Amino acid sequence: MTGSRVQDRIVRVASGQGFWGDWLEAPRRQVEGGPIDYLMLDYLAEVTMSILQKQKERDPALGYARDFIGAMESVLPAVVGRGVRVVANAGGVNPVGCARAVLELARSRGAGLKVGVVTGDDLLPRLDELLASGHPLVNMDTGAPLSDVRDRVLAANAYIGSTPIVEALARGAQVVVTGRSTDTALTMAPLRHEFRWGATDWDRLAAGIIAGHIIECGAQCSGGNCLVDWRDVPDLANVGYPIVEARADGTFVITKHPGTGGRITVPSVTEQLVYEMGDPHSYITPDVVADFTSIRLAPDGENRVRVFGITGRPATDKLKVSIAYRAGFKAVGSLVYAWPDALEKAQRADQVLRRRLDDLGLRFDEMLTEYVGVSATHGPLAGPAGDVPEVQWRIGVRSSDRASVDRFTREIAPLVLNGPPSVTGFAGGRPKVEEIVAFWPALVDKSVVQTSVEILA
Amino acid sequence: MKVRLVDIAHARSGDKGDTANVGVIALKGEWYPLLAESLTRARVAEHFAGVITGDVERFELPNLHALNFLLHGALDGGGTLSLKTDAQGKVFSTAMLRMVLDVDDARARALGLPAARTA
Repeated sequence: MTGSRVQDRIVRVASGQGFWGDWLEAPRRQVEGGPIDYLMLDYLAEVTMSILQKQKERDPALGYARDFIGAMESVLPAVVGRGVRVVANAGGVNPVGCARAVLELARSRGAGLKVGVVTGDDLLPRLDELLASGHPLVNMDTGAPLSDVRDRVLAANAYIGSTPIVEALARGAQVVVTGRSTDTALTMAPLRHEFRWGATDWDRLAAGIIAGHIIECGAQCSGGNCLVDWRDVPDLANVGYPIVEARADGTFVITKHPGTGGRITVPSVTEQLVYEMGDPHSYITPDVVADFTSIRLAPDGENRVRVFGITGRPATDKLKVSIAYRAGFKAVGSLVYAWPDALEKAQRADQVLRRRLDDLGLRFDEMLTEYVGVSATHGPLAGPAGDVPEVQWRIGVRSSDRASVDRFTREIAPLVLNGPPSVTGFAGGRPKVEEIVAFWPALVDKSVVQTSVEILA
Repeated sequence: MKVRLVDIAHARSGDKGDTANVGVIALKGEWYPLLAESLTRARVAEHFAGVITGDVERFELPNLHALNFLLHGALDGGGTLSLKTDAQGKVFSTAMLRMVLDVDDARARALGLPAARTA
């Protein structure tokens, strides 16, 4: 019976990149390690979009995650020869440029390729029109109107969902490149396409989103950064990135290729499920509101976890928009103080520096001191330091005035000769002044964001 | 009996703006009810007093034997604004696990809880 065959059919979506900067070997290992149908590559964090926007301002051909071209080079034989399809949000603020670069790569290897490009998430050119037509883009956290920072905006992108990716796949794209798609849509879209899930099939769409959430951070669900029995996680040097084996009914198994390291267990998957979680009843995406309290997990053999029971609710009529804006300058300096009395020496250095900055009349919006090795990560919860062998004194400042931050960076090194003793760890030189690009989360009506799909070949 | 949270639970944390989220997961399913009773909003707020500047929100996920906490004002402004080493709240997870619980002796024995080593 056809019906039972559809139910038995398995679609495999493999995660090959959890962020821009993730393991370069992972994409190739995912296509070579065993059978997969789709390779999902997530490149975009909030900060990435503004970096890409700055690159595009310098060269209009740039503005996408260039690592993706290297990844495509390593997986091209599998895409062309075995029909593995790739879905990636590597397009950043220039998805068309990214797709052209992929096509050029394929051409140079003598391969034909159909690349789908999803656009429409970029709201930067439309920002004033939106503000003028009654979309104030108020900050979701503070309630402030965008006009407060309008003149400092660098990038503005709506988080878009699975629909345009599904369309690109339906039109035969072997590689789909998007801009600011949600990370989870990159996994859900192939499942929705393969199983023909409807746009209101809330439970199955939610299942696809949760599958995406589990694998979107790469190895973070397969033994990487895993606290449970961390000493016993096998062979992390050879860690296997996760694969979703999905069925039409919305149930799926999280697994990895045989012969790889790491570990997939109910606890390892649970750790990833709670990562960056807000209200678990309402995980809001452009496609569906997924309910994390419905998720059931069960062991399903070695390095296999079965996920089932997932429910979802109708999507909202809004999209989240991430707006990047210039927010001043910062710098962080540090020195290392050695035993005896390491912490006391570091504390004295901090007093001396603060006094000197004060005497110079410098004022900062924020100044933060941490003692690495004592209390930098857990603060007062860490308890008394005791007689530690060394302490890293770390001090950061933030200001809208670049000159003040720059002057601060020149006050660290002098302490080596004119401050407390037993000091080292200054080989890195003067701290760098960094321009801060901050984020303004907002909502916009779905109706004002029109995505479009183009197939390049 | 004193029981260290780190001996009966694991955790992972992350960020959203200036908020850190900490998911706490019982190492054994039968220990979840104890976690749910002990880790109240007030208890967690008290634990992080002086570390965070905002409120604590709490959510239950009995299906995963987990609790999720949102610690507001945890990240010195959060994201790129933050000057903290842990600007993205990655190790609030283990900061949470420093908590020590007082558990009735009979209940601790019945649940097979490991006793905290005396300090």
